[in-house]
Amino acid sequence: MLEDIAKEIRKDIMIAAYHGKSGHLASAFSAVEILTALYVGDVMRYDKSNPYWEDRDKLVLSKGHASLALYSVLKRIGYLSAEELNTFCQPGSLLGGEPKYGDIPGVEATTGSLGHGLSFAVGIAMANKLDRKDSRVYVLLGDGECQEGSVWEAAMSASHHKLGNLTVILDRNKLQAMGDTEEIVKLNSLEEKWRGFGWSVQEQDGHNIETMIEVLKKDREDAKEQPRLIIANTIKGKGVSFMENVPIWHYRMPNEEELQLVKKELEITEEELLS
Amino acid sequence: MRNTYLRELYEIAREDKNVLSLVSDNGLIVYDDFRRDMPEQYFNFGISEGHMVTAAAGMASCGKIPFAYTIGAFLAYRSYEFIRLDMCLQKLNVKLVGIGAGVTYGYLGPTHHTTEDLAVLRCIPNLTLLSPATPRETRALVRYAYETIGPVYLRIGNNLPKELYCEDMEVVPGKLSTLRKGEDIAILATGEILYQVMEAAERLSKKGIEAEVISVHTIKPFDEQGLLEVAKKYEHIYSVEEHSVSGGLGGLLAETLTANGCRNRLARIGLDGCFAKGYGTPIQVLTANGLDAEGIYQKIINGLEQREGWKKNIY
Repeated sequence: MLEDIAKEIRKDIMIAAYHGKSGHLASAFSAVEILTALYVGDVMRYDKSNPYWEDRDKLVLSKGHASLALYSVLKRIGYLSAEELNTFCQPGSLLGGEPKYGDIPGVEATTGSLGHGLSFAVGIAMANKLDRKDSRVYVLLGDGECQEGSVWEAAMSASHHKLGNLTVILDRNKLQAMGDTEEIVKLNSLEEKWRGFGWSVQEQDGHNIETMIEVLKKDREDAKEQPRLIIANTIKGKGVSFMENVPIWHYRMPNEEELQLVKKELEITEEELLS
Repeated sequence: MRNTYLRELYEIAREDKNVLSLVSDNGLIVYDDFRRDMPEQYFNFGISEGHMVTAAAGMASCGKIPFAYTIGAFLAYRSYEFIRLDMCLQKLNVKLVGIGAGVTYGYLGPTHHTTEDLAVLRCIPNLTLLSPATPRETRALVRYAYETIGPVYLRIGNNLPKELYCEDMEVVPGKLSTLRKGEDIAILATGEILYQVMEAAERLSKKGIEAEVISVHTIKPFDEQGLLEVAKKYEHIYSVEEHSVSGGLGGLLAETLTANGCRNRLARIGLDGCFAKGYGTPIQVLTANGLDAEGIYQKIINGLEQREGWKKNIY
């Protein structure tokens, strides 16, 4: 069951963060089902034995601070070992708080400063189109990130260059570091904005893996000349009740007492935590 | 230099289909041949420099070799973080070509002057910095940029057709080029201001001062050994640039000489803590800022006259 896999990925995120004593937990939890659908739901094409296969689909994690979710999925598909994952953010590790291109199989771009990933993906999509490859490029974009002007330069460029091989999944959890996106700098209507920029837009429950897969597969079949945006409605901190929709968990780590609650809710044993 | 660059790029792109030409809404007419003959290898990103730099990095991650061309000021300043993170941190094979080096856009003023680019880009790891002065340097360095695997920034200025190199002289990327032999002082310059320096050297010669004139077309990697040879030969060293002396060629020479324990007298000629003032043709703006041949000559001669016993080389 894909839901069980998502559950395992959430556990891995927490365990790696525990070892690294850091990580943007709530941002990672928000994107678990999206990444599960992409990598485990038979949406993205990649070679389990060769992360550098030339015709692979690529994911650019534009919201790089959700790295723990990506690393945990890469562990799931065999690009990283459990031991490697648990070196997260520690001296000597390749796995930093923000993912770095070139060091980690499956990481297609260095991200961390917001507003870069979509432009980078536009370049990949243009190169694929030029080479007449049918590979797709996926971008996981944060909603708060859409406050960066560069996102809109890239959005305009993607539709102008008819990049039907590009899909952006917008992790719409409605929270950014300081609180509600609509209170900080209003984003809505994102749908109207992206449509206005020439994109095909669809809204979707970002925690429903089955329907997410359905939409993503259809997206691939329909690929023509328009880039796609899937607004994935999500809950920041999803899976841990006291983290859900609470802004402080953008960067906080649980204290000892909170950790016990996380373990209980995510069904992490003491042995797993210390693995 | 711009036309020389375009001719060379045209040839390279003809040979290698992975070479792409990216522009940010500039190059009307001058890119016509390229667009006509290689339309698939040409992309106009519109007025969107930072996006162009990062998209170029994405292309390079797929094996393409994009040459992204626009006004240097909009690359070096506006696109700084995109250069730093997407090109340089990821060591991607992107070539930036900044036109309008120094005060080439004299009529437009400081918004379009590229007078701090070397300073701000010099400290970014993994970035090769090229600053040719003449057509021959431009040709050699465009080819060198193509052959270098990794991020490169090439700054080019006007279209000065006159060649300062003799027929038999070769441009060696990464090495200083001596364009005029001297006896008394050394002047190192970068970019097209070299033409003014050559003329200033002739004026100095009439006063009995023979200046060795050296072109620093490769800012990074810098020819440290070459400079140390110069430092052994001449006590008095001058840097001349159409750029801020702080962080630019002057800063580079000061750092290198000091770090190597050299005790030469270095005078840095360029923009010193100010934006270039005035409007007009490039030469008019250089003149207004004391950076034409006469201004350079005056600065050197006045400086030397104030130095007691300056003609006695201590090395």
